[in-house]
Amino acid sequence: MPTSLNAQVFELDYDREIERICQGMRDYNRRYRRRGAVVAMSGGIDSSVCAALCTKAFGPERVQALLLPEQDSSQASSSLGGMLAEYLGLDYIATDLSPTLEAIGCYRWRDEAIRTLFPDYRPEWKIKIAISGGTKGGFHYFRLIVQSPDGKLHEKRLPHKAYLQIVAATNFKQRIRKTIEYFHADRLNYSVIGTPNRVEYDQGFFVKNGDGSADIKPIAHLYKTQVYALARHMGLPEAICTTTPTTDTYSLPQGQDEFYYALPYDKMDLALWAHNHGVAAERLAEALDIGVEQAELVYADIEAKRSTTRYLHSRPVLVEDVTELPTP
Amino acid sequence: MSQVKTAVKEYISENFLMWQSDMELGDDTSLLDLGLLDSTGVIELVSFLEDEFGIQVEDEEITPENLDTLNKICSYVSRKTA
Repeated sequence: MPTSLNAQVFELDYDREIERICQGMRDYNRRYRRRGAVVAMSGGIDSSVCAALCTKAFGPERVQALLLPEQDSSQASSSLGGMLAEYLGLDYIATDLSPTLEAIGCYRWRDEAIRTLFPDYRPEWKIKIAISGGTKGGFHYFRLIVQSPDGKLHEKRLPHKAYLQIVAATNFKQRIRKTIEYFHADRLNYSVIGTPNRVEYDQGFFVKNGDGSADIKPIAHLYKTQVYALARHMGLPEAICTTTPTTDTYSLPQGQDEFYYALPYDKMDLALWAHNHGVAAERLAEALDIGVEQAELVYADIEAKRSTTRYLHSRPVLVEDVTELPTP
Repeated sequence: MSQVKTAVKEYISENFLMWQSDMELGDDTSLLDLGLLDSTGVIELVSFLEDEFGIQVEDEEITPENLDTLNKICSYVSRKTA
């Protein structure tokens, strides 16, 4: 184990890692007779690196890139995604999900829940959900932040029913995206790539049967810091290598740490690594320049999220094994 | 048992401990240790307390000191309704 607790713990032999990942993806496709890969590109670092890895593993002619924005996506996300697809030489299809999401009730259900807190809310207002509480020794809870057209921000704690309804409604976005991805995978006989990094996968930051669904998750074992390093190692454009992680799910800009994690991604990376390697909270506190009590809370939060998101990782349960089937 | 404790215990049993009828919730059993109070569990409990007892739970009051056990919840509600 490295003696210092800093970004050096994430150092990897990146050439070897790229080859290992590409081999793993090719093995999957050989086993299941898939001829290529479908990657939905958000313009973020994870999907960008996955697209680059697929390009290396299968060749650009066997990668179908998808841009799947909806009305709340940032313009920058689609632009970056399209730019990278062109950079990698990928064919890409852009599909605006807004009409589908409108038809299925995503925005209507979400807005109905928002109006239980802000009766004047209109669809043109911007919104986001922010996590509060946990790192100060209290429980986590969520706040709804809305911005009226005059730019004024309004904020209220989310009660249980409204929170669940807003999240359930916005989960349509990830699930409809995945439906489109599998449409193209079926059409082309390709596999679908899931793009979570290790922190997202470990901490359950995904939607079950939404972005959590995939055939291959090539970077789920890599810390986000390593994903950024991989992007640089593969020579991806600077705009991709410096992109800030966002959820791109709500209309107001929202960092992942603001919605879900106890810390910004680079600190969260180090905290998860430290926790996984049995590093004492005192050492983590020193490395992150935070109090020991906060470091202990971060560790507790990691375990709490693992526990509460077990359901997301669970597979369908059979009452009895059907033993005649071959191992998947 | 006080009316508050009865109501809270019934609510927790019906909503957090369903399918676990063999589990007896003690007055000082930690809901955190039982894994019942994740972020959605907490806001569900808070919504219940606000609706049931007509209190306003402030953000800074959403702490284990106030909400982690039946006894702590009862003390907290008593203070708020006093």
